[in-house]
Amino acid sequence: MARTVTPLLWLLFSAGGTIAALLFPVHLLLMGLAFPLGWLDAPTYSFLRSLVGHPLTRAYLFILISFPLFHWAHRFRYTLYDGLQIKHLTALIVVLCYGAALAGSIMAAATLWSIP
Amino acid sequence: MSAPPHYTPYHPKWYRRRVSVWWWLHHRPYTTFVLRELTSVAVAFFAVVCLWQVRALAQGPEAYAQFLTWLRTPLFLVLNAVAFLFVLFHAVTWFNLAPKAMVVRLQGRRLPDGIIAGANYAAWLVLSGAVTWILLRG
Repeated sequence: MARTVTPLLWLLFSAGGTIAALLFPVHLLLMGLAFPLGWLDAPTYSFLRSLVGHPLTRAYLFILISFPLFHWAHRFRYTLYDGLQIKHLTALIVVLCYGAALAGSIMAAATLWSIP
Repeated sequence: MSAPPHYTPYHPKWYRRRVSVWWWLHHRPYTTFVLRELTSVAVAFFAVVCLWQVRALAQGPEAYAQFLTWLRTPLFLVLNAVAFLFVLFHAVTWFNLAPKAMVVRLQGRRLPDGIIAGANYAAWLVLSGAVTWILLRG
């Protein structure tokens, strides 16, 4: 079991790490700082809504949310092992980390799917 | 030969010194390592903010306006500023490690590390420019 799942988890970790490295700084700088602080004009609701109406944008947003969540799950799992020395809680940590990433991905897919 | 080997996972006679949870603060390379590992928390934080934004967009203009109001609170401005620094640190360490993780051979020769890292930085610039261009059109 572990032998078949580990390469997949590592693949998700590295794909998510690459996506987060390439795209998170610019999105975070714009949405989290430049728009709220008024450095730049924020896009309007109707513009974003029409953007999200396109299937490519939805696929992009799903990838932007889901893969980095799995990147977090994999890396944070080992941070907990090494940092807090709680290796004996392995099963619980694995379920919580990957479970949270899976829940977030399902929620993202359902929300993006539901937008008319 | 077929009997499974027997392991002892814990031996009470061995003395183990308790290591502090803050072991990584005493040496700079360890601190860098742990800070790099902790960037994943900022990554998850922003992924959740994106999910929140998508949900607000789906729910309608009022929900989206409320989301924007939240982003203007000092709490979220500080959280986003800290998360931005961590995400930036993640990006730089990730691109610098890429040549070690991904060995590319061209006509039997290994591509120099600088070219692979450089390609990552170039892709970073192009994608950041494209995202900015699209979002500023609205």
